Amino acid sequence: MATKGQISDPMIDPKTGEFAVIAPGHNFKSVTEKIAGVVLTSNTPLGWFFGLIVASGVATFLVIAVTWLFLKGVGIWGVTIPGAWGFAIINFVWWIGIGHAGTLISAILLLFKQTWRNSINRFAEAMTIFAVCCAGLFPVLHVGRPWLGYWLFPYPNTMNIWPQFRSPLCWDVFAVSTYATISVVFWYIGMVPDFGTLRDKAQSPLAKFVYGLLSLGWRGSTRHWMRYETASLLLAGLSTPLVLSVHTVISFDFAVAALPGWHTTIFPPYFVAGAIYSGFAMVLTLAIPIRKFYHMEDLVTLRHLDNMAKVMLGTGLIVAYGYGMEVFMAWYSASHWEFFMMWNRMFGPMGWGYWILIATNIAIPLTTLWSRKLRVNVTYLFILSLIVNTGMWFERFVIVVTSLYRDFLPSSWGTYKATKWDYMLYVGTLGMFSFLFLLFVRLAPMIPMNEIKMMLPQTKIKGLDAETTIEETA
Amino acid sequence: MPVKEGIYGLLAEFDTPGALVDATEAARDAGYRRMECYTPYPVEEAAEALGAVRNRVPLLTLMGGIMGLTTAFLMQTWISRWGYPMNFAGRPLFSWPAFIIPTYEWTILFSGLSAAFGMLALNGLPQPYHPLFNAPNFRQGATDHKFFLCLEAIDPKFDVNETRAFLEQFHAVSVVEVDL
Repeated sequence: MATKGQISDPMIDPKTGEFAVIAPGHNFKSVTEKIAGVVLTSNTPLGWFFGLIVASGVATFLVIAVTWLFLKGVGIWGVTIPGAWGFAIINFVWWIGIGHAGTLISAILLLFKQTWRNSINRFAEAMTIFAVCCAGLFPVLHVGRPWLGYWLFPYPNTMNIWPQFRSPLCWDVFAVSTYATISVVFWYIGMVPDFGTLRDKAQSPLAKFVYGLLSLGWRGSTRHWMRYETASLLLAGLSTPLVLSVHTVISFDFAVAALPGWHTTIFPPYFVAGAIYSGFAMVLTLAIPIRKFYHMEDLVTLRHLDNMAKVMLGTGLIVAYGYGMEVFMAWYSASHWEFFMMWNRMFGPMGWGYWILIATNIAIPLTTLWSRKLRVNVTYLFILSLIVNTGMWFERFVIVVTSLYRDFLPSSWGTYKATKWDYMLYVGTLGMFSFLFLLFVRLAPMIPMNEIKMMLPQTKIKGLDAETTIEETA
Repeated sequence: MPVKEGIYGLLAEFDTPGALVDATEAARDAGYRRMECYTPYPVEEAAEALGAVRNRVPLLTLMGGIMGLTTAFLMQTWISRWGYPMNFAGRPLFSWPAFIIPTYEWTILFSGLSAAFGMLALNGLPQPYHPLFNAPNFRQGATDHKFFLCLEAIDPKFDVNETRAFLEQFHAVSVVEVDL
């Protein structure tokens, strides 16, 4: 495929014709300086402040929407009967789904020994955690009395009542809280050695103190590293079934209900694939501007973007299969209700939602991602990632709204219209997400230094010391 | 205890992982046991040279998992059958298939927390103070780009002069005493 001109490109490995995972010329010291420099510099780039101001401005919508919600109650939202699950559940599923790519990158790709993941796993995990924070808000606010949200958990209480373990909504509590906890632990444990590096590199007493506390006294002892590696591998092995189970359980919220459009067995795999699809889109949305802004093109290379685009193509095809199977089963099941639901979804009053979904999730990405030229076109990928994020939001909109608003009896039909409070809350979480992410990029090492060092050629150990020295100096 | 007053050990600094592994292997062959390597990233060959290839993190994780599994399943059984028995659409009180999902989640939760906190506990972390941080060059590179081997003073074979001479054979950038 590669022409002569491309082979002379230093970013392309001449042996494989693939893009290099790390640009040549890096050594241990330069990796530390590059990544720790972003955090430890006293010259915060002006663009970062600009981003933070915009993000916090958008996040004020969240504060306003939540304050008004607390004063007035969930009646200010567009949720009503029959559309009892509106934006709250759409946004919940959308945000949780975005988080899944972070776990996939940090856990599943670690188990598959995909070392290219090392450059992107840290901020993908951060994305997971902030996305789960945003997701968690919606069900808590939707319960109506959020200050009693802890009633969801099984704890001994004076009312002498307990949760109902036969309900998928109760399973959700267990799945999402476990997911949030394990993600935070995995993320933090991953950062401990890097906090040690920051502690040793820091100049200001405050930074030394804070990173010193966060590093837990990490000193890079080999016995510690071996336990650390075992624990990371075990956490990866545990996160893999966890991440698959979380979206499966979320799909049970729908699939267990006897409602046409929800009551299908394809939901678990199709939800998980959709989650990963949207998550990789979000990783691209975040990675492309960040690598440009912080000049990280040598650590997050075209190889990463290309690989992520390939994962999107794969999961996108599974999602397309899911859509196709829904239509097929609506016809094949010979169920009047299923058939009507599908017809209504495509050509009913909210049919526009379905066609936006097909265009943004299937038609545009799955026809163009086959092209390597487009997969390494950074601008195109960025625009595409926004398109897929939109598409995945519409997928949840279509599933939730078009199944609910016209069910079995025409006398119970209604419609769904989101209010300005719904929109403000949603937009506000986007602001909160960006705000948290900007803080993370500034205050924590966004790329794992120790894992990048493991991929450098200098780590090769030859039998003789002399040979190593020659290779080093060469 | 044959502890030398006022010294933790001798710290040799190397530029490459290869030099570190060579020195570690030689030190082990020479009979040193109380020693440790310090590297900016995990160096498996160094662990092999130290003879530290196995650890107990997997065992702790397994124990955590079993604990989570039994806790979640027994809790749901007790709540649904005895603590708060309610008839939900005629389903049996002990409807165990439904209990599998929270059980599955708590198995992962408990084993994941055991892996993470068990690893920290076995490593003796958090430990803000350690004598090594007294070494002038340790914090310049142990977490950055240097490779260190520390032969500890509590090793019966340790002798400041002999051990220093031993370490200096291996093209160490420097060999320094670490104060307690």
